[in-house]
Order: sequence, then C-alpha cells, then structure tokens
Amino acid sequence: MIAGGQSLVAMMNLRVASPGLLVDISRLPELSSISENSDAVSIGACVTHAAVEDGQIVDPSRGLMRRVAATLAYRAIRTRGTIGGSLALSDPAAEWPAVLTALDAEIVARGPVGRRSIKCAEFTTGVYETNLVADEIIESIRVPKLPAGARWGYLKLSRKSGEFANALAVVVADHARDHSRVVLGVANGAPLVLEDTSRLVAGRGRDVRLAVAADLDRAAGRHFDEFQRNLHVVAAMRAVQQVLQ
Amino acid sequence: MTAVRFQINGVAIADDVPPRLSLADFLRERRNLTGTHLGCEHGVCGACTVLVDGEPTRSCLMLAVACDERDITTIEGFAGDRVIETLRRNFHRHHALQCGYCTPAMLITARDLIRRRRAGSEREIRDGLAGNICRCTGYTNIVTAIAATAEDIARETPNA
Repeated sequence: MIAGGQSLVAMMNLRVASPGLLVDISRLPELSSISENSDAVSIGACVTHAAVEDGQIVDPSRGLMRRVAATLAYRAIRTRGTIGGSLALSDPAAEWPAVLTALDAEIVARGPVGRRSIKCAEFTTGVYETNLVADEIIESIRVPKLPAGARWGYLKLSRKSGEFANALAVVVADHARDHSRVVLGVANGAPLVLEDTSRLVAGRGRDVRLAVAADLDRAAGRHFDEFQRNLHVVAAMRAVQQVLQ
Repeated sequence: MTAVRFQINGVAIADDVPPRLSLADFLRERRNLTGTHLGCEHGVCGACTVLVDGEPTRSCLMLAVACDERDITTIEGFAGDRVIETLRRNFHRHHALQCGYCTPAMLITARDLIRRRRAGSEREIRDGLAGNICRCTGYTNIVTAIAATAEDIARETPNA
C-alpha cells in the first residue's frame, strides 16, 4: 500500500524496501474524509500533514495537532505525507504515534473481515512494528476532543527545523478531571507513556525531573545512553512546563 | 507500462510510464525538463521540488504514475509568474546563488513561502528553507533575496 509515499518511496530509492506490487490508496475519497460527533473527530488515514497544519480539518486537540503538523518534516513532504502512513510505518522518531497516544486516539483498521479499533497506545508495538495485520489498512483515526480547559505541551528536540526528532515529549493535561498523560517519542520502541510523570502532572506536582528519571529507569527493555536519557528528561520537563505555566 | 495523462507546465501530456519511474526521472529523462535537479533522492535536499496541483512536492518521492490527471509545474513553467520573476530579479541582485544546483527548487519553495505568508521575518524564512539544502552560499544571500521579494510583493499589492 502506498499513500503519500514520503517514507516508502525514500526507502525504495535507498533500496531498503522493494515491494513487488504497490497499490495507491491516496485518492480514495473515504480515506480523506473527516467526521465529527460531540466527543470525537474521525480523521481519514490519507489526510495530509499539510491539511492539518492549514486547519482544513476540525481540530479535536485545541491546537496541538496543528502545532505538531507545522513542525513535521518540510512543507514539500507535508503536502503529500499522510497521518495514516506515519502511523502504519511507526518510525520511532515520528511525531504522530506519540502525539496520538497522548491524545488517547483510536486507530480504526479495516480488513476483509471488517473494522476494528485499536487504542493508539497499543497500536505501535516496537520499532517499525504495529498491530496491523497483513491484509488490513488504517481507515481513520478517532481522536477524542480535548475538553475546554485542558492543556497541552509539546517539545521536539532536533538540530535543524524539520529533521526527525532526537527527543520528543507530549503532555496532555485536564486538571478539571485530574487526568494527564505524558508520552515520549524516539524511545527505542513504541511511544513511551511515563506513568509516574503523568500522575505527578495530574496532581500538579513539581518534581518532574525525578518522576521522569524513575519512569525511564522502569521502562522495560529500553536502553538509553546518558546523552539520550538527558534529552528525554529535558524534553519532558520543558513540555510539562508548558502545561503548568 | 501504465498510461498516464497530465498537464506539465500547462501542456497536456499523455505517455506510457513504467510504474517504478519517479516523477523526477520522468521530467528529466522523458521530457528533458532538466531544471528539476536530483540531489539526495530521499527527500532531504529539496533540489527536486516541483509543484503538483499547486503544492510543492518532492519529485523524487512521487511516482510518475501517481501523477495521473494532475497538474505539474516545473521551474521551466513559471513564465509571467510575478512572484517567480521578482525572486529571479532579487536572486540576481543579491547574489543568492553560486553553482545554481539548488536554485530552481529554492525559487519554487520561496514562492510558496511568500504566497502562504511565511516569509515575514528572517527566522520564518530560514525555517521555511530548512528542507532545501544549499552547499555554496551559506544561505545569507538567499534569505536576503527572499525577504526583499516578500517586501516588493507586499508593496505592489498592499491589500492582498
């Protein structure tokens, strides 16, 4: 399957991928549609990053998704690259898997036997690995609307605008409901939900550095060198700061 | 081979292309539109940027077959375009190129920044140029030329 092709064709050009057959799904109108009800927005898998950046879709996230899209790669990539493609590839340094996990989004997959929903937090299972089975495609992403009063923080560390992140932290907090979720990208695997830090932020605690360090220590099977660890801590602290200000 | 029809620089074209052929190779090798340059062929250098349906696109990351019924504009297709003509004048005046390899895509990218009003400050211009690599100039004169163009265009059309 090819949608925007902004990763796949690059991988083909580098001879990392050599598919025998490609089916272009980018012009199926159903996959670019948007629908909305009182508590969520469903975004078609082939909606481009540029469409999100330009505000062409209803934004369930009170500006978070627009901010993310505007700093994702370069404009000439964003005009073709799609939100569903980003999830299906699940590059560990990609923005959408981490951001949509923080927003508690659900991925609607469609295969020959029908549709199923997968929580974004369970969709990506590792580096370029997902729960999607071979004959399924992503149809849409259902993003719950952030309630009024909810806040978000987003920090991407990279050496140059538009590059893949060296560290990526997303925070969503709804203090009216004592809820928060703090997620790291570039985490040597699936997006990493920082449980301690999330609880701390929900309770407006201040000792973020300690909580992030504890979460990183506890992350099973993930090995961060000192430099990467420090980047994660800094990214998480700065993203949390945006929420607590 | 797959039959495709599209507009290239305003001219309707019909051709048969191998499915694996990139738009960039199609433009350069089949249409002799060699103003579209290839640098990295994985979306980083920006030298192959063209317009597809009016949007800047990496022609190395788009297959020619995926352009069926689309409208493609390469650097050869901007005659009479006010923004591109003003950019060309300012690139000349401010010495915004040396070898010229990145220049066609710099012009197309800069035109898009100006049209989307993302060329209002040096910071904004540099951000918008992050996806176009120049190995000669150090960017300073390119940024100056784009800023000057944005001002010229704003002066000519104060209410646009």
